[in-house]
Amino acid sequence: MANFLKKLFRKKKPATASLPSNAATAPLSEAQLWDLGNGERPGKYIHLIAGSALDQGQRRENNEDSLLCFNGTLGAGDLATPFGMYIVADGMGGHRSGEIASETAVRALGQYLIQHLYKPLFGPDPQPADESLREIMEAAVNEAHRAVKRSAPGGGCTLTAALVVGTQLVIAHLGDSRAYMVHRDGRMEQLTKDHTLVKRLQEMGQLSEEEAADHPQKSVLYRALGQGDIVQADFFTGSLSPNSFLLLCSDGLWGFVEEDDIQTIINATTSPYLACLHLVEAANAAGGADNIAVILARLVH
Amino acid sequence: MTLSEDQPTRNLDISENATRHSQLRQGEVLQERYEIQEIVGIGGMGSVYRARDKNFKAIRLVAIKEMISQVTDPLVRKNIFQIFEREANILATLRHPSIPRIYDYFTIGERAYLVLEFIHGKNLEQLLAETSGFFPEEQVLAWAVELCDVLDYLHSHKPEPIIFRDIKPSNIMNTLQNHIALVDFGIAKVFESKQKNTMVGTQGYSPPDQYRGEATPKVDIYALGATLHHLLTLRDPQLEAPFSFGERMIGEINPNVSREFAAVVERALEYKPEDRYDSAMEMKDALINVARKTGTLLNLSIPTTVSSGAPSRGVGVKPLWTFEAEDELRSSPTYHDGTLYIGCYDNNLYAVDAANGDFKWKYATDGGIASKPAIYESNLYFGSEDKRLHVISTRSGKVVWTHYTNGPVRSSPRIAEGHVFIGSDDGSLHAVSLSSGRLAWRSEVGSPVRSTPWVGNEHIYFGSEAGDFTATDFRGDARWRFKAKRAITSSPVLQDGVVYFNSMDGTLYALDANTGWAVWRFRLGKGSICTPAIAGNMLYTGAADHIIYAIDTRSAKEMWRYTTEHQVNGSPIVHRDAVYCGSVDGSLYCLDAASGRMRWRYQTDAPITGTPVAHDDMIFIGSTDKKLYAFLA
Repeated sequence: MANFLKKLFRKKKPATASLPSNAATAPLSEAQLWDLGNGERPGKYIHLIAGSALDQGQRRENNEDSLLCFNGTLGAGDLATPFGMYIVADGMGGHRSGEIASETAVRALGQYLIQHLYKPLFGPDPQPADESLREIMEAAVNEAHRAVKRSAPGGGCTLTAALVVGTQLVIAHLGDSRAYMVHRDGRMEQLTKDHTLVKRLQEMGQLSEEEAADHPQKSVLYRALGQGDIVQADFFTGSLSPNSFLLLCSDGLWGFVEEDDIQTIINATTSPYLACLHLVEAANAAGGADNIAVILARLVH
Repeated sequence: MTLSEDQPTRNLDISENATRHSQLRQGEVLQERYEIQEIVGIGGMGSVYRARDKNFKAIRLVAIKEMISQVTDPLVRKNIFQIFEREANILATLRHPSIPRIYDYFTIGERAYLVLEFIHGKNLEQLLAETSGFFPEEQVLAWAVELCDVLDYLHSHKPEPIIFRDIKPSNIMNTLQNHIALVDFGIAKVFESKQKNTMVGTQGYSPPDQYRGEATPKVDIYALGATLHHLLTLRDPQLEAPFSFGERMIGEINPNVSREFAAVVERALEYKPEDRYDSAMEMKDALINVARKTGTLLNLSIPTTVSSGAPSRGVGVKPLWTFEAEDELRSSPTYHDGTLYIGCYDNNLYAVDAANGDFKWKYATDGGIASKPAIYESNLYFGSEDKRLHVISTRSGKVVWTHYTNGPVRSSPRIAEGHVFIGSDDGSLHAVSLSSGRLAWRSEVGSPVRSTPWVGNEHIYFGSEAGDFTATDFRGDARWRFKAKRAITSSPVLQDGVVYFNSMDGTLYALDANTGWAVWRFRLGKGSICTPAIAGNMLYTGAADHIIYAIDTRSAKEMWRYTTEHQVNGSPIVHRDAVYCGSVDGSLYCLDAASGRMRWRYQTDAPITGTPVAHDDMIFIGSTDKKLYAFLA
């Protein structure tokens, strides 16, 4: 991993004359980020910036949420290839197996993706991978599934993983963590569908929204990583537009903070890192009844 | 004069009653603009005409509704016309796919005219009269959902909700696209004589509360319930005791209807308004749940397979006109300014009047023409087997300049950034300056380029017969390459940073436009030379496995497939909510874009290998039976 980082940043070229002087290198200072976020700059050189936060909350005695937030930009000539890998997993099961499951999931998935994307993206003779990004992601989920079954038998976890290559976005999803696209105009688009029994009952018209909100079994999942022989994840492909935030979070955030408030907090700052801290604060202010995992990523010109 | 209970758009034999006032004749022109084509309906207040809007060179059809005032007192008439004008102004602001657009209104003497979008189709009363058995539940359910949607739109209108007040089968059109449209807004009511003290609404469909003069959304919900009850049971409520639906339980009359659906209809028909759904939106949600539970509504995000077995409505589709060339039409027409241009294997490029199929002129090359012409500033660009790119004037049909390549030109030209980009069998992509006709550069890829380049995202994208997919910059330097296993004859389409194309290796590729990375791949049954068509998140394409596919670009999942009887080599197009695609089986297919259900097909006398083109209400396509066809969309 360290080797990877070294290579990644060593290969970064100095900015060319046409680039704004403050867009030269990453990581950028908060002030530079602020500046970047407030100006629309034409040009193809784009950075992917991201922040994350993980918090135990106020009431739980352990943290079963895990996350992986991995970011890079390879600039070559006037083209940049941002690369981002964001994973949120929320574990379940007794005797620490929830913690083990979620940590195993993010590690196994991250490892698979880096192994398969490192060479084509950052290697000395880059060739696009033989498989499509979606196929690589599918294989990575299967790998993570096997890993969780090995390391935490009987346990399991949710998994919401986003891969960004260039401006392309691929999401794999299982369970009730969520991915959202938060637009600057205030729209908040949920990209994933909760795999919870309660949500399903609601979709089938068996439960009203109010009944669902207070349902005692509202976090019972019908799909999760590490559960069952085969794993059936949902996949989503799309593009990450420069003015929108990609938000990944566990139910410790979305279950306790209203979407409107989430959106307001995110759009109040251009720094993903600060926004993540504020989101965690908001979840704790609302009682912090569960662990909280948040990742925010955004493309900036 | 006796008032007819029927709404004016109903098709009836011309009754004496309505002919008392002279009707407009075919060819008559109103406001120097609307040329009357035919009477399509007769009502109590006047006639409904189909007319052509002469302001548009293309054929734009409109419906003109005539309302003749019975009142002789000039002051009262003026008042009526003022109300008419006010209502027309409200309706003109409505925007909903199930509400015909209002384009214009005017008055002439004692007559008021409303110019509306022309809806092709029949009303549900006509369908009820024609049907020999029960309608399929999924059909009625689909109509019901759309009706709830339009009612919800009307009821949410600001500042005042609009209550339709007269939902009944004859006021609901079933379009050729198998959608519904609400016709006959209350606007005609002001023309009704007061003498009969007419209750707004129709006996049998109106709820008790409407009879107390209440006009709330619940009135429309009841009438919708009554309409659905009629559609499901085929028992006309106008012939039964009022409010007696409870005595005709849907399940007892039509056992095919699911209990869930019947329950929704029966709740809408509750005698007390408070027992009905509170809003059309609530009823719509209930219907969608029925669809999910019973699996009836195929197009609600559930992948479906539709076979070509049972032809449905629209089998009797006839071309508006045909034009016969001297040899096979393998290529695709281009529409421009009232004229269609199409290349032919008899070496000619034909110009044909789009309105009637009349021959305008032809231009001879020295080889067959297999590509689709491009238009730019009144010049026409196209390639020919004679190795040349031809540029001719659309006005005169005379040559402006030509550009020689070293091989037959089967790629279609793309014009952008002051250049025309076109592939050739000489193994390169040519960029030719529009102003000088001189070659700016060639990008050699080593095998014939038959794919039509796409220009966008500061790149030029094209495939080659050796299976290379290339993205070049505007200097012709390759920025990235992608290798498929077999030829890429299909032309790329770029959307939202992703470039989509098919290959003869049987794969539909979605590549990142900046890097050439595959975002996803989709396995087709066989190779494909089709160019995909994209609308929203749906991608449509065909393949040699006879299938027309609909694929969600966000999940890379197949949403539906339609199997034709031979290879699909021409490309589909999406026009409004339908997919049009030809097949080597000789048919042009019109499929519902959301569900893949066939709306109609038209059988030509030989394989279709070209791509249709749509303009306004019309679809044009060439066939290897030498004919160019025009259809109503």
